[in-house]
Amino acid sequence: MRLSQAWIVARHDLSMIRRRRTILGALIAMPAGVSIGFPLLVWYIIVKSPGITDGVIISFVDAFAFWFAIAGVMLPSSISAYSIVGEKTEKSLEPLLATPTTDGEILLGKVLAAFLPTMVSIWAGATVYMVLIDAITRGTLGYLYYPNLTIVVLVFALAPIVAVLAIEISVAVSSRVQDVRSAQQISGVLFLPFILLYVAAEIQVFPLDTDHLLLLAGILGLVALVTFRICRRVFDRETILTRWK
Amino acid sequence: MIHTDGLTKQFGTVTAVDHLTLDVPEGEVFGFLGPNGAGKTTTVRMLSSLISRTSGSAEVAGHQIGDPSAELKLRHQIGILPENVGLYESSSAYENLEYYGQLQRVEATALRQSIERLLRMLDLWEKRDLPVATFSKGMKQKVAIARALVHDPVLLFLDEPTANLDPEASKTVREFILELKRERRTIFLNTHHLDEAERICDRVGILNTRLVTTGTPGELKLGMSGHRTVVTVDGPMETLAAAIRSRLGDRRIDVQGSSLVVDVTDPDRENPEIAAAIVGAGGRLRQLTQASASLEDVYLKLVHEGGPSA
Ligand SMILES: Nc1ncnc2c1ncn2[C@@H]1O[C@H](COP(=O)(O)OP(=O)(O)O)[C@@H](O)[C@H]1O
Ligand SMILES: [Mg+2]
Repeated sequence: MRLSQAWIVARHDLSMIRRRRTILGALIAMPAGVSIGFPLLVWYIIVKSPGITDGVIISFVDAFAFWFAIAGVMLPSSISAYSIVGEKTEKSLEPLLATPTTDGEILLGKVLAAFLPTMVSIWAGATVYMVLIDAITRGTLGYLYYPNLTIVVLVFALAPIVAVLAIEISVAVSSRVQDVRSAQQISGVLFLPFILLYVAAEIQVFPLDTDHLLLLAGILGLVALVTFRICRRVFDRETILTRWK
Repeated sequence: MIHTDGLTKQFGTVTAVDHLTLDVPEGEVFGFLGPNGAGKTTTVRMLSSLISRTSGSAEVAGHQIGDPSAELKLRHQIGILPENVGLYESSSAYENLEYYGQLQRVEATALRQSIERLLRMLDLWEKRDLPVATFSKGMKQKVAIARALVHDPVLLFLDEPTANLDPEASKTVREFILELKRERRTIFLNTHHLDEAERICDRVGILNTRLVTTGTPGELKLGMSGHRTVVTVDGPMETLAAAIRSRLGDRRIDVQGSSLVVDVTDPDRENPEIAAAIVGAGGRLRQLTQASASLEDVYLKLVHEGGPSA
């Protein structure tokens, strides 16, 4: 496995993605919405309910931050569906496979092309979120809530693992479907359990504190390992050429 | 350049290519003829190590196929035009070629030169920055062939390069292939266009899951027609036919209008005898020609009979 060869694939796919307005739009709009919209909501809640306790404010702030993990599900699957099903519809996979590049290098290139923009967008969004939340809550809490361990676990452990899992699932789905839209929609199903988790957090059933986030990251990491094996089996030169529909 | 021995590919219970044994020497343009489903694409995919073989062996550009350590080197030495062009439609011609050149690890300056040379050869240099989506089918096909050549491979596989092209586009693509032939490149050309094979190829093979026959287009045509001489005459046909038989021995002679079609084994010796027999029997000889089958006749006969003619 040569990283440099995978990087050629990744760079090419990144430049293709840059031309897709919808993907670019999602990469900017979603983290921007989370990192600006939710702090404004927190500010509104504080202003409107003077008797609010610190604990309630913090549970809101943590739950809203969980949207960065949800972005980790939504953003990369739309990119990788495009970069794999897109090649499939253009029938450009065969010439690509005919170059001296291994299946693993192509797969890694495609994973990177979806992973890197997602993480950049999440990290940028999380930075803005931390700054705004600090500015808004400092007066009430009396200290700077961010940075803290919870958000570090969230954006450096959970979000990357979730992103990798989402990419793997979208690779597996991409081998079975004919168009980018359905690949994105099917991969989008992964979004549901995360929304349920978010709702559970909002109603205090599954608090999204550091321990719970680490637990979640660990479980999803294991799932991602299993999915990786499926992914490698699906993304095999001969399988792609003779069995992909 | 290519040497295969009993190369076989099965998809489940379907045998796509059955015991193919074939040699293509360096510098040859080899035409691989066969109907749809004959196994041409499967053969090219096996030879370019895109898919595995079921049994048999093959050596391509000095590398054994199926040897994982040689696979990347092999793919670096060959160029492939697949059945579907598979270009990135939203990218320009230049970008398409550049990406493949980079994957082939062509050094940046050499790559720029190679792309420019190819696009100029194909009259596409002026259009290099336009998205491929704006190109005609023939232009796309040319870009795809250029893509197969960007790293200057020693062996080129072309899978039906003129299928689905209009006559004009076919012509430009064919002329380009002839230009590559003049550069003495080894080319393995899948096609079901017989006159294309006849015009371009040094040698052809006819495949119908099994390899039916190989030879130069001339040899195949000769092998098929045997030798038949057509004489156009004025005079009583049956009398003239009898005169030919009495002079050359009993043989098949067909009467077709004012022509006699005579089976011969050695035209150089027998044609003058035929002429003499006709004149001797009081006929007037207007024309004498050696009949030849078209490659199409050979092809249809061999593909349908599934074996070489006796
Ligand atoms: N991926 C595949 N799975 C099953 N059968 C296949 C596959 N690819 C080709 N075949 C079968 O193998 C035979 C040869 O196909 P192909 O090599 O495409 O022929 P050609 O290129 O000469 O038209 C056909 O009968 C085809 O149906
Ligand atoms: Mg074919």
